[in-house]
Amino acid sequence: MLEIKNLHARIAEDGTEIIRGLNLTVNDGEVAAIMGPNGSGKSTLSYILAGREDYEVTEGDILYNGESILELDPAERAAKGVFLAFQYPVEIPGVATMQFLKVAMNEQRKARGEDELTTPDFMRRVKEAAAELQISPEMLRRPLNVGFSGGEKKRAEILQMALLEPKLCVLDETDSGLDIDALKIVADGVNALRAPDRSVIVITHYQRLLDYIVPDTVHVLYKGQVIKSGDKTLAHELEANGYADIIGAAA
Amino acid sequence: MNIQAGIKLTAAEAALVESYNEQVGELPGDGATLLARDTLLSDLKEAGLPTRRVEAWHYTDLKALLKSVPAFLHGASAQRVEPIVPGSTVLSVVNGKAHTRLLPEGITAKSYADTLLDGSAAAGLVARDADDVIGRINGSFVRDGLIVEIAEGAAFEAPIEIQSVQNCGQVNTRFPVRFGAGAKATVIERHLATGEDAALVTSVTDMRLADDAEVTWIIFQSEGEADTHLAQFKAELGANAKLRLYVINGGGKLVRQEIHIAVAGEGSDLTLRGINLLGGESHTDVTFTVGHDVPHTTSTEVIRNVVLDRARGVFQGQIRVAQDAQKTDAKMSCNTLLLSDDAEFSAKPELEIFADDVQCGHGATVIDIDHTQLFYLMARGVPENKARAMLVNAFVAEIVEELEDETLVEALEGVISDWLEKHA
Repeated sequence: MLEIKNLHARIAEDGTEIIRGLNLTVNDGEVAAIMGPNGSGKSTLSYILAGREDYEVTEGDILYNGESILELDPAERAAKGVFLAFQYPVEIPGVATMQFLKVAMNEQRKARGEDELTTPDFMRRVKEAAAELQISPEMLRRPLNVGFSGGEKKRAEILQMALLEPKLCVLDETDSGLDIDALKIVADGVNALRAPDRSVIVITHYQRLLDYIVPDTVHVLYKGQVIKSGDKTLAHELEANGYADIIGAAA
Repeated sequence: MNIQAGIKLTAAEAALVESYNEQVGELPGDGATLLARDTLLSDLKEAGLPTRRVEAWHYTDLKALLKSVPAFLHGASAQRVEPIVPGSTVLSVVNGKAHTRLLPEGITAKSYADTLLDGSAAAGLVARDADDVIGRINGSFVRDGLIVEIAEGAAFEAPIEIQSVQNCGQVNTRFPVRFGAGAKATVIERHLATGEDAALVTSVTDMRLADDAEVTWIIFQSEGEADTHLAQFKAELGANAKLRLYVINGGGKLVRQEIHIAVAGEGSDLTLRGINLLGGESHTDVTFTVGHDVPHTTSTEVIRNVVLDRARGVFQGQIRVAQDAQKTDAKMSCNTLLLSDDAEFSAKPELEIFADDVQCGHGATVIDIDHTQLFYLMARGVPENKARAMLVNAFVAEIVEELEDETLVEALEGVISDWLEKHA
């Protein structure tokens, strides 16, 4: 599914290097957790995967199903099945949530050479997925993410993920700002999407989310590199002992 | 009238004088009307078109910008078009000539030309002040228009569209409009071109809202790419009257829309929302003044501009608060999305406050597309050009949505997205 090879990347504006020789492989159907202390490059990695222009890849490659995606813009990557659930979903006043969902779904379908959805088909899909995530029709009538609470924003991200049916889902600190009930709803939404042909990268600071979305692999990111990989027990180890031991061992 | 060659006139000034001499014999009016026209024309000739040295025209140097004046064309006949909101009651003015028809109960419309002929309009053919060039040109040349009266307490299900359509030549119209006490209505004042030949359009709307009237008035201007459009909208609000005025510019080569409002009755409220969609080599100026003359009145003004290509835009907004007008609440903002390096927008807010217990503020911003929003939309698979169009649309749609009436919002959003699709 995903192979990141010796990736180096920096902030385009000031040249600060954030990712420093990162290697990571995520197999089909795998749920990979990426953990690490603040400033280790977790969010940067998620932005680079989605194709944000503010970062420049200076070395290495990102292969998605065997092909480099570095030259693709965010929309092209999305159409190929890459999805980023934002840590801070962006408010867009003046764009209705429903209109946005319809445009996004149909643009991806168009890019893949599929027919556009009919309005009744679209409405049915949204209604079903929204009900699963306890998203009210009233919320869907508002402008995109505007006036949504933190929990509503995260649920709206998972709604988009469910509707767009991506192949590689990147969840950037989806647990931040969620109470335990909201966390369960979001985790259930993600677990429902687990499939043999769909991989998930869960970026998180805390073990808590991983109690609900149980990962196959856990990777520790520090100073822009994966310094340790393991199975889910690694997350428990981190929870118990903190990052200091691992960082110390790697240094 | 005998016009002597005096100071040197520009080509456009000379063309106006010449055009007046050609038309004067056939312009409707009695002796008093003719005298009023002559006075306005001679003042126009003497003062000339304003340059940037005239404060009110500082950003729109009409003398330099108005290069020529098309001749009045007899027999020009544009085709009426469908109203913006389906099911509207349409009053049409074709190439400056009004057509009256049977109207729903509560509204009457008469030809303005009749009041020119009988002399009753003559007293209104005066300039607002020494810099009122639009009043002068329009008053000299005006041939027709509509006198619209909305009865006391009247209310309508469908909007009323006053459609002034032209395809070339000169169009000079006036629209005196009276809303009776407590009347409620939505009116779309629409100026559009159906041809590509140049036109000079001047139009003066003069409105009175009696006490408690609630009016939504939408001016939508989509003249042709070669047209000059000089318009004035004046309104006086009675006690507790509410005017929601939307001004949407989406056409014309040289456009000046003046808005002069007197919130004259206690408790009256003005909401002004402006959308300027500017492209090509056009120059568009919205000049607004509001006078708060009595206590407890409110006004808010929000102007949103999208500027492409080599277009230039101007917003001048002046809020005057008289000494007695305590507790005035007035807020004005002007936000511009500049989408080209060669596009320009000038904003000039002006507050003249003589009362001491008021809340008044203004702000102006110039922005580019928000890159975080653009990235978000693209990360969901929306291609860049479409994502940009969505964000530009959102920037102006936000204020259209304040209208709440779904049919109206949908119709105006359609108009805006059509423009963006064509130009952006």
